[in-house]
Amino acid sequence: MATQHSRSAARLMMAPAVILLLGWMLVPLTMTLWFSFRRYLPLRGGDQGWVGFDNYVRFVSSSSFWPAVQTTLIIVGGVLVITVVFGILLALLLDQPMWGQGVVRILVIAPFFVMPTVSALVWKNIFMDPVNGLFAHLWKFFGATPVEWLSQASVQSIIMIVSWQWLPFATLILLTAVQSLDGEQLEASEMDGAKPLQRFGYIILPHLARAITIVVLIQTIFLLSIFAEIFVTTGGAFGTKTLSYLIFQRVLESQNIGLGSAGGIYAVILANIVAIFLMRIVGKNLDA
Amino acid sequence: MGQITLEKVSKTFGDVEVIPPLDLTIEDGEFAVFVGPSGCGKSTLLRLIAGLEDVTSGKMIIDGSEATTVPPAKRGLAMVFQSYALYPHMSVRKNIAFPMKMAGIDPAEQETRIEQAAAALNLTDYLDRKPGQLSGGQRQRVAIGRAIVREPAAFLFDEPLSNLDAALRVGMRMEIGELHKKLATTMIYVTHDQVEAMTMADKIVVLRAGVIEQVGSPLELYRTPRNVFVAGFIGSPTMNLIEGPEAAKHGAHTIGVRPEHIDVTEGEGTWSGVVGVAEHLGSDTFFHIHQTGLAETITVRAPGEVSFKHGDTIHMTPRPDLIHKFDAKGLRIE
Amino acid sequence: MARAVTNNRKIINTAAAWAIGLLIFFPILWTILTSFKTEAQAINDPPLFLFFDWTLENYAVVQERSNYGRFLWNSIIIAGGSTLLGVAIAIPAAWSMAFVPSKRTKDILLWMLSTKMLPAVGVLYPIYLLFIKFGLLDSVIGLTIVLMLINLPIIVWMLYTYFREIPGEILEASRMDGASLRSEIIHVLTPMAIPGIASTLLLNFILAWNEAFWTLNLTAAQAAPLTAFIASYSSPEGLFYAKLSAASTMAILPILILGWFSQKQLVRGLTFGAVK
Repeated sequence: MATQHSRSAARLMMAPAVILLLGWMLVPLTMTLWFSFRRYLPLRGGDQGWVGFDNYVRFVSSSSFWPAVQTTLIIVGGVLVITVVFGILLALLLDQPMWGQGVVRILVIAPFFVMPTVSALVWKNIFMDPVNGLFAHLWKFFGATPVEWLSQASVQSIIMIVSWQWLPFATLILLTAVQSLDGEQLEASEMDGAKPLQRFGYIILPHLARAITIVVLIQTIFLLSIFAEIFVTTGGAFGTKTLSYLIFQRVLESQNIGLGSAGGIYAVILANIVAIFLMRIVGKNLDA
Repeated sequence: MGQITLEKVSKTFGDVEVIPPLDLTIEDGEFAVFVGPSGCGKSTLLRLIAGLEDVTSGKMIIDGSEATTVPPAKRGLAMVFQSYALYPHMSVRKNIAFPMKMAGIDPAEQETRIEQAAAALNLTDYLDRKPGQLSGGQRQRVAIGRAIVREPAAFLFDEPLSNLDAALRVGMRMEIGELHKKLATTMIYVTHDQVEAMTMADKIVVLRAGVIEQVGSPLELYRTPRNVFVAGFIGSPTMNLIEGPEAAKHGAHTIGVRPEHIDVTEGEGTWSGVVGVAEHLGSDTFFHIHQTGLAETITVRAPGEVSFKHGDTIHMTPRPDLIHKFDAKGLRIE
Repeated sequence: MARAVTNNRKIINTAAAWAIGLLIFFPILWTILTSFKTEAQAINDPPLFLFFDWTLENYAVVQERSNYGRFLWNSIIIAGGSTLLGVAIAIPAAWSMAFVPSKRTKDILLWMLSTKMLPAVGVLYPIYLLFIKFGLLDSVIGLTIVLMLINLPIIVWMLYTYFREIPGEILEASRMDGASLRSEIIHVLTPMAIPGIASTLLLNFILAWNEAFWTLNLTAAQAAPLTAFIASYSSPEGLFYAKLSAASTMAILPILILGWFSQKQLVRGLTFGAVK
């Protein structure tokens, strides 16, 4: 629905954004792809030539690979379960009539705006420190031995920190979805004799299905690449090395660019698999 | 001056031919109405004239010079949109001034024209309000004001009254009619409402599926519809169309009789039937008659108060000189 | 829901919601409180809640010792600059996609979205190399550009969803009124889309402010914003809880306040319009 004039103007005006993003995507990605097929150790001999799929094989067969996959899955899965389950409950609670709803909403959302390095450091020191942390005081108060959170229960601790950061996001989106539910639908089901739990199962949950999927997909994409929370708390020690942290270490700490790049390509493929599902949903929404 | 000529103009969207090549001339100062059912391409045709869409092929001539590829801003036309399309963030004054600002007209001159337009459209008290604070009719007038001040070669109206309630619509219809008389500028008006078309137009263009079915003055279309479609579309209530043996008697495939051209009696008549619904309007009485053996329902409009009611048997006589005859292709037989 | 609810039920709801809300907010509250304690009070056992000697000393120390102001300034320049630059590039693009859609518009939008999902770590070294080559490492400009690029898809998307709600007829009207493309965008579209543009600015400012992969990996002393400044507290010397809290409070408070304004737009922006 437009003229030739406006169509060519549109192409012209879209060009900067498209070209920039294309460059941003293609240039580094091509370089990573190139490095991934080479033996490249900047501090130990530099670029030592073509090695085929050697790096890909070595990345997967290294002893840290499977533990990293496992850690990634546990952290992403754990955070997803916690944020979605509590997100639904909180959204339903916040949708109820109450006094000071706006203030509660603000309190609940706040953690999302805390920068990751701050939240990681605050949790690590002020709460989880085994000597001076608030939890240690609390444990001692009840006569228990303080837990060394970030070494004894490192993965759980990171799941907790990250869940705290992402719970607001899940809650906010699910709350928006709950509020878009037609009240008359619920009243109709009530008239039809549905009990509260049945109303939840048959009306509310199906209505939330799409929002839940979106929360899961978007969070997965962000969670696959959490960085600061691990960098600041454990530095990848105590079994908290995720796939992306492993790649980071290969690249910057051990300066094995070829190996790290092969890992990077794995991460890109993994993220794309999740992204395809998300884009299907978003794309469908575009047509509507 | 605002003569607009379309030569073999066509429009396709993808593979869909919305408007097959058509020729049309709208004379300077004429009030032309494009009318047709929704989806007939009348709005597309208007947007082609406006330049908001490119023609796929053919030529568009405005004021004697070719305008086929001229962008809308340079065609010297003004348009009033169905949604009024007022700029919500500007006051009425700024809305009206906008086209003049774009044209770089001297501010003092702008002010004069705004005052004139506002006075003519009863908007003087509202000049500093935002469109959101106006009623539907006032918004409509602002949209018209914005069009007037440009002193365009022609005005284009895209279903401008369809968002107004019935009472306002009649009032605005007359205001637009008067405006046309006063300005004597070409106006092209798109509507799906044949009453609007009949009451306002100098020239009606009846469209169906992008094809011009007939062009003519309101009474020409009423008296001599070129085919069954126009016959059925123009006039309210719609013409009774009868096929079969009764039509064959007149040597036609289909005959058409307008409801107001049938006389009803209690006794003898050419046709007979049973009254289904009788609508008593006082000035007229409408009968919807069943079991006539002619068509499912025959509609009759009798002047004044006629007291048949549901279930009564009624006799009808069409006026012989006002029976329209059409052949198997639906074309008029003279 | 226009339903009458008994007061009892409302009281229970209120109590439960406030309890949970305060629990979730507690770490932030505690950090803010700790920032006003002395270092000794900060680790006192039992913990001191409200009854301690309030002091502003930590704030002074943080500013004095680490030149907090410079990091803050870097954060403002980087987050603000990347957001403004991104919006300037995205407005014309979003206009095109919202008002002159073609068959490819949807594909382009989804492709832009997919660039947002590239794991940063996968391109860390190439970016690092490019930064060294162009002398951008530890520079405010380099980081501004990178953050602009990683947020550009979200900016385009948000603007696109806002623009789509503006009736195309109004823009057509301006074209009929003789407006050029430039005046159409400047005088008609932009003023009408101000609320949408404002929330786009706000949300992306927040995202850029909190970004913690590139800011940590591409900066050192010169261009480090607050994220990197805070991270330097991860290997501290001596007692530092109160000072950490003061620094943290300064880093998050402005953004918390901005964030509360943007909570409605947050949903739309982060779900790419899929949830409104």
